[in-house]
Amino acid sequence: MLTLAHFLTLGALLFVLAVTGIFLNRKNVIILLMCIELMLLSVNMNFVAFSRFLGNLDGQVFVFFILTVAAAEAAIGLAILVVLFRNRQTINVAELDDLKG
Amino acid sequence: MPIYEIVFYAFSLVMLGAAVAVITVRNPVYAALFLVLAFFSASAIWMLLEVEFLAIILILVYVGAVMVLFLFVVMMLDINLEPLRAGFARYLPAGILVALLMAAEFLIVIWAKGRFDTGAFPIPEPNPDGYSNTRALGEWLYTQHVLAFEVAGVILLVAIIAAVALTLRHRSGAHRQNPSLQVRVRKDERVRLVKMKPETGQEG
Repeated sequence: MLTLAHFLTLGALLFVLAVTGIFLNRKNVIILLMCIELMLLSVNMNFVAFSRFLGNLDGQVFVFFILTVAAAEAAIGLAILVVLFRNRQTINVAELDDLKG
Repeated sequence: MPIYEIVFYAFSLVMLGAAVAVITVRNPVYAALFLVLAFFSASAIWMLLEVEFLAIILILVYVGAVMVLFLFVVMMLDINLEPLRAGFARYLPAGILVALLMAAEFLIVIWAKGRFDTGAFPIPEPNPDGYSNTRALGEWLYTQHVLAFEVAGVILLVAIIAAVALTLRHRSGAHRQNPSLQVRVRKDERVRLVKMKPETGQEG
């Protein structure tokens, strides 16, 4: 019998994996963006599960908007990444220290 | 209904395994492909929850658009991977420690005291025949959340303009059209009428 707790556990484990990915790949901007996508997916999983178990469509509407914003974020993030690589020939986060005093 | 649980656990394992692969593989192309696998599995689990519209949107928008964009960028940039992997082994113990701590906290919150048990959240009934998730979601979206829907459209427009404006560059030496000049052209700038005698065509 699948209770709400099963789906919340799945979302929580996915979120933990995404956070770990940010810890491990802290130099590679592309993997960092992918980890953010994983985090958004885990949050969406929770919204969908609550929406189903509460019988309320608002959760699904929220997932819809999260998907929209995530698509916009990915498009702008990758555009920034392309410009960054064109100017610096690297995407290493450790080398992006121009604002350091 | 054991088949329900078998499907859930199978797709959950695939999804978590794909997520582990995303954060550990060396090559970003493989990471993007494993991310696609994770999205597919998540979509299957959403189907299990009878959230059909969002499950299909997840595949169409995420796998079809966002991940293809990721793959484009990953393959277009010629990245030297070695410096990016530096420190992976060094951060691994700390990362695993944080992961275990966070997972333990989440599991305690979720499972302790049966907060999310069937008592507070009973298993929902399957939707009746003829119920359309898409129709219900659309009616709810276009009545209760229409303002947010239009704001989302504006956000997407801003994202399009921002992405184009960021990556546009003017190369010197490239031949470009000037549509404004093209539509403002007038007849007497382009056409020259000449009068000449008709050829007699006798000689030669």
